[in-house]
Amino acid sequence: MTQLFFFLTVALYGCATAAYLACLMRTVPLLTRWAARLLVAGFTAHLLSTIHLASKMKYLPLTNMQESLSFFSLAIVGAFIFFERRYKVTTLGSFIVPVALMMLIGSSSLNVEVRQLHPVLQTNWFWFHALLAFASYSCFTIAAGVAVMYLIQRYFLKTKHFGALFQKLPSLETMDEISYRCLTVGFPLLTVAIISGSIWAEKAVGSYWVWDPKQTWSLIIWLIYAALLHGRLTIGWRGKRAAILSIFGFIVVLVTFLSMKHSITW
Amino acid sequence: MNIIVVGLSHKTATVEIREKVAFSPNQIEKPLSDLIKLEGIIEGVIVSTCNRVEIYATTRDIAGGIARIKRFMAEYHHLPFETVESHLYNYHGEAAIRHVFRVASSLDSMVVGEPQILGQIKTSYGYAAEFKTSGIILNRFLHKAFSVAKRVRTETKIASSAVSVAFAAVELAKKILGDLSDKTVMLIGAGEMCELAAKHFLNSGAKGVMVTNRTFERAERLAEEFGGEAIRFESLFDHLHRADIVLSSTGAPHCIIGPKDAEEVVKKRRFKPIFFIDIAVPRDIDPKVDKVENAYLFTVDHLQEIVQANLAQRSLEAEKAEEIINQEIGQFYKWLSTLEVTPTIVALRNRFDEIRRAELDKTISGWKELPPDAEKRLEALTLALMNKLLHAPTSALKQAGQGGRVDLYVDALRQLFDLEALQRDDEELELEE
Repeated sequence: MTQLFFFLTVALYGCATAAYLACLMRTVPLLTRWAARLLVAGFTAHLLSTIHLASKMKYLPLTNMQESLSFFSLAIVGAFIFFERRYKVTTLGSFIVPVALMMLIGSSSLNVEVRQLHPVLQTNWFWFHALLAFASYSCFTIAAGVAVMYLIQRYFLKTKHFGALFQKLPSLETMDEISYRCLTVGFPLLTVAIISGSIWAEKAVGSYWVWDPKQTWSLIIWLIYAALLHGRLTIGWRGKRAAILSIFGFIVVLVTFLSMKHSITW
Repeated sequence: MNIIVVGLSHKTATVEIREKVAFSPNQIEKPLSDLIKLEGIIEGVIVSTCNRVEIYATTRDIAGGIARIKRFMAEYHHLPFETVESHLYNYHGEAAIRHVFRVASSLDSMVVGEPQILGQIKTSYGYAAEFKTSGIILNRFLHKAFSVAKRVRTETKIASSAVSVAFAAVELAKKILGDLSDKTVMLIGAGEMCELAAKHFLNSGAKGVMVTNRTFERAERLAEEFGGEAIRFESLFDHLHRADIVLSSTGAPHCIIGPKDAEEVVKKRRFKPIFFIDIAVPRDIDPKVDKVENAYLFTVDHLQEIVQANLAQRSLEAEKAEEIINQEIGQFYKWLSTLEVTPTIVALRNRFDEIRRAELDKTISGWKELPPDAEKRLEALTLALMNKLLHAPTSALKQAGQGGRVDLYVDALRQLFDLEALQRDDEELELEE
């Protein structure tokens, strides 16, 4: 059953990726609609698969790398669907959907273990913390995707050499607005995630802050996005540097996610 | 039934001729009704724009119909036939369909991809519909032309890129600033290009205009024209940050806006992007301004390059458009051909049935001792005879609809069996989609 869901999701995400990339080359309204539909179908399959897994194991599937990658992928797709509906940025799909697909495929290459849950993870603070962390990560991923598009568009406009993507990419203003949205939603989520993470740490090992790699790097990530948000709110900071910092922040998020383990558990 | 097209355009006639042959939209009723009064002309639409005057009509007599429309165009405007005739082109059948599809899709326009022609044809069709000079065929035909034009516009990039400097400026602004409806334009100096661009921006929804000039009176005049605000030249840098788009065209021999000014302005705008367009020669704005983050500077040369690239692209897109039109012609032409098959079959059956009944009645009434089921048998006999006789011509007619010989068959049948009473009743004709 799990296998079935998994293959279905991968197939749908794969088709959606192909459709979004095709949208870059031709403007066919029908194709745009179908790309979105395929993605929503894939997301539904992915969501059902996650729920199914959760009910089978009796806990949320984000306890190890394999489960987390899949959940991260789910969160990214969910966030993207929201932004596509709101801002009609089909082109963003060509950047985001392949990433989600690769994460999902990556997750499957890891071992599947249905195992006994470490007692330390059996507390609601952990679930709360993890969910919020993923929600904020998905926002930062979208922001990074938009930042890449922004830099490409800005390059065309500054050098006066217009590539094929120029017409397809949304306006600088739209991309900026999406970025801003992602920041204002993602940063508070991250803050609460870190706080709840500390509370969980207290329950698990008796101390709010243990300065392990995970918590340390989380703080660094928090500072990066705090700087971005602060700059934006006070002086309206945006442009090339902000975009680069956004991408850098995402890279740090990704590296932290993939490599740093909680010293508390696995 | 055939569609014919007779007309002239900027490709075959100069403006002096075109203006003589043009039909005024205020007085379109009379020419339309005169048009369909012509012998053989059944439906008619007149399209008259500054670049073309065309008449679309349906007729059974192609050569005669075309000749009569040509004369009509000359005589209605009291012009000698020879003057007009040499500029006229005409099309019928598939070529007529192709021509109208191409015109509606702006492929025949002076600037390929221009948006006005479609609206103009829609308006002309509206008049014909209002005065009831267009009927089932032209209605269907022109609706099809509109949908083909829409396909061409959405599926190719033929109309999506700017081919004038002013439009290119607006397109760029949209890519930088997004929606223009809450953006402000500042004009520095004056000049035709400047004002034209400003007009385009206002048409695209820009809400505010500020005008400044070394001569304040000129600024005031221009500001009034645009419904905007006049700013004193000395106060330029106090107000510059309020503008999202800056059009500069002064006669100054040196730059009036430098990179430091741009940095200040950008900061005051909280880093919202600002779009500078420098139309002046010698330049008003220091090229280093483009290096300032969130400031975007374009000169007229840049805009021209964009226009050239777009023009080149449009001709590539035009090829795609022709492809789309090819596809659509096939479909429509098939529909047109089959239009007459059903009523012809019905009329033929009716003719046969008339004769059958007449003879049957004559036989039965003259028969003294009719066996009990004789009437039923005779009815069945005559019906079977009729159906079998009709089977071959009916299926031949239906099959001919797929090829091109329908007109031939329909005409032959109508003549041979005297089916002249082929109604033009709209409900009779099957509309297959």
